[in-house]
Amino acid sequence: MAHVKNHDYHILPPSIYPFLGAIGGFTMLFGAVQWMHAQGPWLFLIGFAAVLYVMYGWWAEVVTESSQGDHTPVVRIGLRYGFIMFVMSEVMFFVAWFWAFFKHAIYPMSGYEGSTYVQPEIYHVDAFHLPLMNTLVLLLSGAAVTWAHHALVHNEPRKDVELGLIIAVVLGLCFTGLQAYEYYELIVHHDWVFGEDKFYSTFFMATGFHGFHVIIGTIFLFVCYLRVRSGHFTAERHVGFEAAAWYWHFVDVVWLFLFAAVYIWGS
Amino acid sequence: MADAAISGHDHERPGFFTRWFMSTNHKDIGILYIFTAGVVGLISVIFTVYMRMELMEPGVQYMCTEGARLTAAAAGECSPDGQMWNVMITGHGVLMMFFVVIPALFGGFGNYFMPLMIGAPDMAFPRLNNLSYWLYVAGTSLAFCSVFVDGGAGTGWTFYPPLSAQNVATSRAVDFAIFAVHVSGASSILGSINIITTFLNMRAPGMTLHKVPLFAWSIFVTAWLLLLSLPVLAGAITMLLTDRNFDTTFFNPAGGGDPILYQHIFWFFGHPEVYIVVLPAFGVISHVVSTFSKKPIFGYLPMVYALVAIGGLGFVVWAHHMYTVGMTLTQQAYFMVATMVIAVPTGIKIFSWIATMWQGSITFATPMLFAIGFIFLFTFGGVTGIVLSQAGVDRAYHDTYYVVAHFHYVMSLGAVFGIFAAVYYWFTKMSGRAYPEWAGKLHFWAFFIGANLTFFPQHFLGRQGMPRRYIDYPDAFALWNYVSSIGAFISFASFLFFIGLIFYSLFYGRKVTEPAYWGEHADTLEWTLPNPPPEHTFEELPTREMWDRNPHH
Repeated sequence: MAHVKNHDYHILPPSIYPFLGAIGGFTMLFGAVQWMHAQGPWLFLIGFAAVLYVMYGWWAEVVTESSQGDHTPVVRIGLRYGFIMFVMSEVMFFVAWFWAFFKHAIYPMSGYEGSTYVQPEIYHVDAFHLPLMNTLVLLLSGAAVTWAHHALVHNEPRKDVELGLIIAVVLGLCFTGLQAYEYYELIVHHDWVFGEDKFYSTFFMATGFHGFHVIIGTIFLFVCYLRVRSGHFTAERHVGFEAAAWYWHFVDVVWLFLFAAVYIWGS
Repeated sequence: MADAAISGHDHERPGFFTRWFMSTNHKDIGILYIFTAGVVGLISVIFTVYMRMELMEPGVQYMCTEGARLTAAAAGECSPDGQMWNVMITGHGVLMMFFVVIPALFGGFGNYFMPLMIGAPDMAFPRLNNLSYWLYVAGTSLAFCSVFVDGGAGTGWTFYPPLSAQNVATSRAVDFAIFAVHVSGASSILGSINIITTFLNMRAPGMTLHKVPLFAWSIFVTAWLLLLSLPVLAGAITMLLTDRNFDTTFFNPAGGGDPILYQHIFWFFGHPEVYIVVLPAFGVISHVVSTFSKKPIFGYLPMVYALVAIGGLGFVVWAHHMYTVGMTLTQQAYFMVATMVIAVPTGIKIFSWIATMWQGSITFATPMLFAIGFIFLFTFGGVTGIVLSQAGVDRAYHDTYYVVAHFHYVMSLGAVFGIFAAVYYWFTKMSGRAYPEWAGKLHFWAFFIGANLTFFPQHFLGRQGMPRRYIDYPDAFALWNYVSSIGAFISFASFLFFIGLIFYSLFYGRKVTEPAYWGEHADTLEWTLPNPPPEHTFEELPTREMWDRNPHH
């Protein structure tokens, strides 16, 4: 750029990633339709790989820009705003699933005149066994993230930050593992199925989408761990860390609602 | 559209591919949005012209199972192809709602002018901005797949189950349509995040929220509606997708599911969607009316809060789209009253525009004609909206051509007039060249007459009882269908004329160097820039004197 910019905003050079990402996304979804109609997963997998590549390349570029000092205070405020709004849109996504859950729970079709629908016998999950464990695991993980955050902003030894994040990541993995174990138990030993009834549909899709977000959050935290090790964060500048922490707390809160509504109230 | 010469700086112009495929420049991305929306709009309009040809006379003459025809005289028998009709209806709706109007107003003009108006050098996330645009293109491609693959999706743009259920719509087409909406949703959500952040974080020094120009405000409010409503739609169509392909039963009564649930979640998005479509047009109209009345806008603050109120109320009225599904009386009463309340902030806007024109020295340039046309027609569509908001009256009008006429008055004649007003208002700013004024006026009158001729008779058809979404009708409806089709052909001709006019002006239009070519009452920040603006604007942030020349209060 031959111009001299006289402000603190971030003006970016041209980038190929958005274009590649959209092509990857199109290929992935076109492939997903083919796959769902028994034409093989290959197109989907190619598109998915392209999307992953773009994510990696793009965010690596953002990290590089950050280390070059492009992220001035005003740009960092913008990044925070942006991430908060992303989380808000995620919250609204879960609104749809809770909407479906509450509708089916409060106004089941069996209550409508003329309906022949009878809900099948469903094995009852005790909310205060495994689900309660999982709640504690996730909350503990959130506490570990907060510990790491405090260690970061108070300039405590980097080892503390790393340890906090590693504990959070491991607990996140535990949550995913326990959730998978619960699915396995229910499907294999208690005759649950994916689909076929609105109860199973809402249960698996709502907790499943939550689990998917847990996995994303765990990866996000792990990336933060790697970045802490590389010394990317300082007590003043750690937008990426904050974003990961916010995301993790969002995942926490969604789980609390799922636990209260689906597991406790729903049974 | 050369901009390098004007900027006065000696810098390398990016190559074609770099400039248009790898852009991180809000103005270039805005132009891409507007251009693409124009192309998709043309295709979508061609669908409707074909539908109006079919509806021109009773009986089925063109959409035959033996193959689509372009002349009624073509030889041989014709058995009606209802599926083709349904696909056309669906394609027209999906393309217009998701891939034409939002991208043109919100994506295009919002991208180009919102940052300029608030004095921001670019968007907050310029690279993300380009991802929004290319995802929009990806979504459009998927939408075209849904029209052309496997005989197309014929569910209507709302994808209601059971019409969209696996056992009814077995082909890949509905899945393509679902993903098209997912991708367009992702594009709009990312765009909204960008717009909101830019608006909150990058306003010129001293420009407090109560001093931001109304168009920027309208884009900001629209962004909130998109951000909060689209993810809910994404949830609903994801349920539809898993119902279709993975045996879930969210909407399948055999497994305890409920198709009405889909309608509720869909319209929780769908009603904000109609404000998403029209709010940016409100913003455009405010600027145009003020400029050509040579007065500041009347009641700036009420105008801002009317936008916010319309946005907020838009979230709590969704079920007026579904009065006939069997809701309780209490629910219907609530949705009826809430819907009518929206007339209050809308009235504030309409009357403030009129008050702005009142005692103004009005110039009837093309943008102003479109703005006045907008106010007249949007008010008309709003009044039929009040009629339809009555749950009792809606029993008779539901799914008739009265509804079709109503929503085309507010969208086809409302939002689209807003788009044209914006095009004529800012064309010279974006291109550096003027359009021939006589041609703009001719376009306006042809379109105004054509569109009214198309949609006004549809009120009569609705009152006669003609239902929507049918390929054929009894002879009793022949007269007004004939008139409506004539109107559609006039509108189409005016649109082709418009396309010719734009290309002529781009290449041969008179060059204009005066930045504020509409006069001193066009006083927002984009009018301080050359035509077209240089590649990078506001490298020196604007000072207060540049935009606060006309304090409103």
